[in-house]
Amino acid sequence: MRIDNNLEGEKTPSLSIPQAREISSARAPFKGNLTAFGFMAPTVLVVTLFFFLPVVMILFLSLTGLDMTNFGKLKWWLPANWDLANYLKIFTNKFFPKILGNTIIYTGLTLCLFNVGMGLVLALLTTNIDRRAGFFFRMIWLLPRITPVVVYIIMWKALAGPDPMGIINHYILVPLGLSDGELLINIYPWVFVILTNGFIGASFGMIIFTSAIESIPKDYTMASKVDGASTWQNIRYIVIPMIRWPLLFVTTYQTLSLLTSFEYILLLTEGGPRLYQTEVWALMAYHKALTSYFGNTQWGYGSAWAVILVIIGVVMAIVYLRIFRFRELVQEPRIETL
Amino acid sequence: MNWKYRIEKAIIYILLILSVSPITLGYLWLLISSFSRKTEGLRSLGWTLGNWSFLSAPPFGRNYASIWLVTLNTLLVALTMTAIVVLVSSLAGYALSRMKFTGRKTFLSLTLILHAFPSVTLLIPIYFVLRWISKIPLVGRGMPLIGGFGFNTIGGVALVMVAFQLPFGIWIMKGFFDNISWDMERSALIDGASRFQVWRQIMMPNIKPGMASLAIFAFIYGWNAYLIPFTFTIGRAGKTAVLSVYLQNFQGDTVMTNWNMVTAVGLFQLIPVMLFFIFTQKYLLNIYGGGAKGGA
Repeated sequence: MRIDNNLEGEKTPSLSIPQAREISSARAPFKGNLTAFGFMAPTVLVVTLFFFLPVVMILFLSLTGLDMTNFGKLKWWLPANWDLANYLKIFTNKFFPKILGNTIIYTGLTLCLFNVGMGLVLALLTTNIDRRAGFFFRMIWLLPRITPVVVYIIMWKALAGPDPMGIINHYILVPLGLSDGELLINIYPWVFVILTNGFIGASFGMIIFTSAIESIPKDYTMASKVDGASTWQNIRYIVIPMIRWPLLFVTTYQTLSLLTSFEYILLLTEGGPRLYQTEVWALMAYHKALTSYFGNTQWGYGSAWAVILVIIGVVMAIVYLRIFRFRELVQEPRIETL
Repeated sequence: MNWKYRIEKAIIYILLILSVSPITLGYLWLLISSFSRKTEGLRSLGWTLGNWSFLSAPPFGRNYASIWLVTLNTLLVALTMTAIVVLVSSLAGYALSRMKFTGRKTFLSLTLILHAFPSVTLLIPIYFVLRWISKIPLVGRGMPLIGGFGFNTIGGVALVMVAFQLPFGIWIMKGFFDNISWDMERSALIDGASRFQVWRQIMMPNIKPGMASLAIFAFIYGWNAYLIPFTFTIGRAGKTAVLSVYLQNFQGDTVMTNWNMVTAVGLFQLIPVMLFFIFTQKYLLNIYGGGAKGGA
């Protein structure tokens, strides 16, 4: 591998024509920049409008008390109107421990049981059977991801529905006498919050682990089988160590996704059924700032909840960049040496 | 040895079938329920086509938009978004893959950071950004078909989704450009073509499979989306409603939710995506391998 790289490194300069390179670099550094910026301009516009500006705005907003009542009057961009009242309000909120706990339960359990756990199990199972059968099962597991979110949640509402209609109640729990046929989402909201998110999330890990497992050289597993290793030993001592980077990637990446996702909870329980029972951090921010069902929308207060997630998001995103893929990035484009 | 091997395989199949049973039962129920008067578990208590009456008339009177208007809106959101994402990310992907310019490294790291960054956390300030865009004449509101790019317009919703998908799109497109050989491009440049001509006439035809993958992915995302259209439009069943929002609204609006009709509308939204998925899964798998974001 290293030899190849060296060869290529030597070959590239010899391919280019020295004079041409000099000419292009003499006439073009500025013009080259200008053309490239032309190509980048639409991206820069979108990213500025929907990432940079919002990140700055949300910091400012979180320091003010902007809400429905003073909208248009309060100049939230002036430092004179800033204070830390919103943050104080978050940490003294009676439900703060509850919401923090919910967020940890939701992220932790979904991640361990499904996004990493189930993802890994599925990858191991589907790579151990006939290729086409394995592919078929992976395709079925991908279906939730391409199903419209609202339709997907309706399906779960049917699975968890009250007795004559609900599938789980009708075929399993009621015949066994384990339930009196009520809507299961109201009785075990957490179970269904985790299931709905998990059945979507598992396929991400599954795909990444599958390609990682398939790229393990067959000799390794052959050799261990010849030496008499059981399937379990094979997994424990060969497969898992070989895919530790994909494992780390999926774990960290999905932690961040789960921490900030709330769409399925919003649709399934709306944070209920009892007060704040399944309300997670990201949903709280959304509820406070953008839904007006309970009267006043508090943009400032909601922003303060969201800012903390934004900061976690930025920090973790930078950390990923450092850990993963950075070497691929720095490769220079070769075409410039015409 | 042989029987042990067989038992192992059988256990694997049983586990896999059990694991997909909730999903498959869900789809099966959707299908049965939408053609039934009432269901008990998976058993229909009388078949009917009545649930599909929403196709010809708005089910709850004049307050509800016709399903065809809503479908058109959804289609417009998805198509606008797809077109912009594919165009903008193939421009940026090309520059990042093939050009040397000041700040290239920064842009590349930025793309990756934005790709990992959870954009949903920025919904609150984006609400204000959209309201500002609304105030810009021409661009903001009053454009034909998509209604402009401001708050409560089809274009505005599409634009927010573009922003959420763009880092991923650029990254994927850069990857596709990286895989194309340099030779044709180099000879075109030596012959005096401009960078834009090269992009337009040499690169674009070669990158079609890549663009197709990204377009399919973006279209499905736009067609399915709920949160962004729900947050940035008003009048849940009105002029700018998309199918997801319409369907969700449907469940709450009657005293006793008519699940059979709800499932019929749901199936109506699901069928195109399913067909799409069946015919394009090879393209899609490329992309899901690269990592879908959001959801969970």
